[in-house]
Amino acid sequence: MSQDGVNQGRRTLLVGATAAVGAVGAGFLAVPYVKSWNPSEKAKAAGAPTSVDVSKIEPGAMIVAEWRGKPVYVARRTPETLGYLEGLNGQLKDPNNSNKEQQPDYADNLHRSRKPELAVLLGVCTHLGCAPTYHPEVKPEPFDANWKGGWYCPCHGSRFDFSGRVFNGSPAADNLVVPPYSFETTEVIVIGIDEENA
Amino acid sequence: MSNQKNTLMGWIDDRLPVTQAYEKHMSKYYAPKNFNFWYFFGVLSMLMLVNQILSGIWLTMNYVPSVEGAFASVEYIMRDVEWGWLIRYMHSTGASFFFIAVYLHMMRALLYGSYQKPRELIWIFGMLIYLALMAEAFMGYVLPWGQMSYWGAQVIISLFGVIPFGLGDALVEWVRGDYLISGATLNRFFALHVIALPLVIVMLVVLHLLALHEVGSNNPDGIDIKKLVDENGKPLDGVPFHPYYTVHDLVGIVVFLMAFSVVLFFFPEANGFFLEAPNFEPANGLKTPEHIAPVWYFGAFYAILRAVPDKLMGVVAMGGAIAILFVLPWLDRSPVRSWRYKGMISKIFLPVFAVAFVLLTWLGTQPATEINTFLSRVGSVIYFGFFLLMPFYTRMEKTKPVPERVTGGH
Amino acid sequence: MKKIFLLIAALVPTIALAAGPSIPLDKHRTDLRDNASLQSGAQTYMAYCMGCHSLEHGRYNRVARDLGIPEDLMMENLVFADKRIGELMTNAMRREDGQAWFGAPPPDLTLVARVRGADWLYTYLRSFYADDMRPFGYNNEVFKDVGMPHVLAELQGMQVKGTAPVAVGVDSLTGIAITEERDDVLYVAKAGTLSTAEYDRLVFDLVNFLVYMGEPIALERQRLGIWVLLFLAFFFIPVYLLNKEYWRDVK
Repeated sequence: MSQDGVNQGRRTLLVGATAAVGAVGAGFLAVPYVKSWNPSEKAKAAGAPTSVDVSKIEPGAMIVAEWRGKPVYVARRTPETLGYLEGLNGQLKDPNNSNKEQQPDYADNLHRSRKPELAVLLGVCTHLGCAPTYHPEVKPEPFDANWKGGWYCPCHGSRFDFSGRVFNGSPAADNLVVPPYSFETTEVIVIGIDEENA
Repeated sequence: MSNQKNTLMGWIDDRLPVTQAYEKHMSKYYAPKNFNFWYFFGVLSMLMLVNQILSGIWLTMNYVPSVEGAFASVEYIMRDVEWGWLIRYMHSTGASFFFIAVYLHMMRALLYGSYQKPRELIWIFGMLIYLALMAEAFMGYVLPWGQMSYWGAQVIISLFGVIPFGLGDALVEWVRGDYLISGATLNRFFALHVIALPLVIVMLVVLHLLALHEVGSNNPDGIDIKKLVDENGKPLDGVPFHPYYTVHDLVGIVVFLMAFSVVLFFFPEANGFFLEAPNFEPANGLKTPEHIAPVWYFGAFYAILRAVPDKLMGVVAMGGAIAILFVLPWLDRSPVRSWRYKGMISKIFLPVFAVAFVLLTWLGTQPATEINTFLSRVGSVIYFGFFLLMPFYTRMEKTKPVPERVTGGH
Repeated sequence: MKKIFLLIAALVPTIALAAGPSIPLDKHRTDLRDNASLQSGAQTYMAYCMGCHSLEHGRYNRVARDLGIPEDLMMENLVFADKRIGELMTNAMRREDGQAWFGAPPPDLTLVARVRGADWLYTYLRSFYADDMRPFGYNNEVFKDVGMPHVLAELQGMQVKGTAPVAVGVDSLTGIAITEERDDVLYVAKAGTLSTAEYDRLVFDLVNFLVYMGEPIALERQRLGIWVLLFLAFFFIPVYLLNKEYWRDVK
């Protein structure tokens, strides 16, 4: 063994080249391992868009649909409750939907929905994830003497109006989330798809 | 505490002998400079071990160890989990390539007498690894819960039943945890396959390497390179493992990975040798597949089992075929290690034995026709003859003089 | 203990007998790139097989994507009414019913091509022949006394086993096929809605589809394999040179 006449530059170059190509290979190999943690086809199928027939919902009534394992509240508001929305602005944390994450663009309005009477909201309290309960009647409630209809979270007392907007004094900071949805027909909505008639 | 330097490495070395270990096992581990092709298979076995552990961990993330869910969960991995098919094929192809590497690694030891004094313990640790690996592979094959999983388990576990005085039956029942192969069996095999045996194998590999690095590597000439050293005490015929053999092994690794990839991506079933067709059918305890065959790596021992017409003796022969490997270091009485310098009988017997082993492996996967049974018997006689006659022919035969310095290589 | 030995002892003769099917199998030239064939096979499968044989490990959307079928067409033509696009391809038949009707529950066929092989399936589906001794009036040359009825009989016509002329070669002068009377051959005695060639084509497509179902990733696997091998070949260059460079030290 002799170290005479060793071309150190060539060695460094070859070590570098081998290490670089090897690192690229290791990177390629990591791809399947990392990506296998993504939601599987099964999870995607379970999280596929859900169709809901809204024609049977009476004014003031609400049904709970399931989308990606979470409750989605679909409620038909009465003209009376819709009329109160504007007047509540002063008591709300975010009356004008300034947090854009909480609703798609087409629900960035006072009634936070595609059609004014139909509210579609994710039934997950933005505080700690409980399911708020539905209190549609305009009457004094134990948690609010001037209740104008909406949702009340039983876990920590967060209050939401009939557009899912959170009241001042609630532990929740954000309005209820409006999931992506569209009208397949005038009677059926599809939760999970943004585009009209998709 | 010799290298107290004001560096991070110095700080660590004062607390954990990292540099010392690196030098002992890598940069100042002197390996003979004449390693040939056969010396790749140690590191390749290790590579496959890492592959199995890594892909195995990922498979457990989606595998369901239950009679109801196992089969479907494997197909779920193959279809619904992103890239799951690749990870599964890495594991199934890896199992076979692991055995290919291990068998060639063992062949190397036979060729160059790497089991002889003072390397008996290395050989025994190696054999324990082989034994654990067979158990590991067998239990792994049960997990997909296909027809071959089920009936293979049925047959292999039933082998314990030959133990006399009623102990066999009790043992079989105890291993199964039921009166038939069932969910209880599947679950315990899962536990053993994913944690218990891998731990044992990894610990044995560490012992195998520690024992090797204590006495030093053998070489194709079977010469002790530590006898001739230069003025610094370095073996004249040795080179530091790192960098010389790290860069050398890398060449073997890339070539081996190419062969591995060819099978994985183009022939993952390897024509029924790596993944058997009946195992794509869910286990059915009421219907035996037409042709039960073990996976190829158990073929030789299965052929020996079938070669013996008596049931008890068949199992004894099969067990003996594995057990006899453990005492190999004491069967070889030759004064030289490498077959290069052994006598004529060894030089002929070793290749004949290798051919017989390959033949037995193949026969074990084939239907037991008359001619196949005959060939199995011939192969079995050669197998046992090679070992049992070794104390005699290795002592009788005339050996050639062993050179002072290693030959060949670079 | 006896039982165990019986089992082991029983295996040896079974293996000896398991010499494979009694008749030579016709070769199926599987072509997973032929989407038209796969689509036609899928259509045949859904129309004639799915009622009894599920494909429970596969999903409709995967089939649609891999075979190039638009999802709405898939939903209209190939998916059972109560199913959604991403669902597993199960059917409504209960195991007990299948057991009662056919003697054994019709097996799931997702992986049948990997169990039996394409050639076997291709030959099997073309080897039904009329046999009054069987409950559904048909026996099979490849799978003797099979419990399955010949569901494709209306397409194939009535095939019978008997004496018929068989092509044994071609006259090299005239180019006319030379035939010979043989016993125990299968021939169509009463034509179905398809000609023999059309029926063979239908079965070919069906088997093609089943091979696809057995391993939907097969094409992608081979495509990726090329790239992996190319990468390794490229990696070999610096690795080889590096080894050469260091070993120049060693005399």
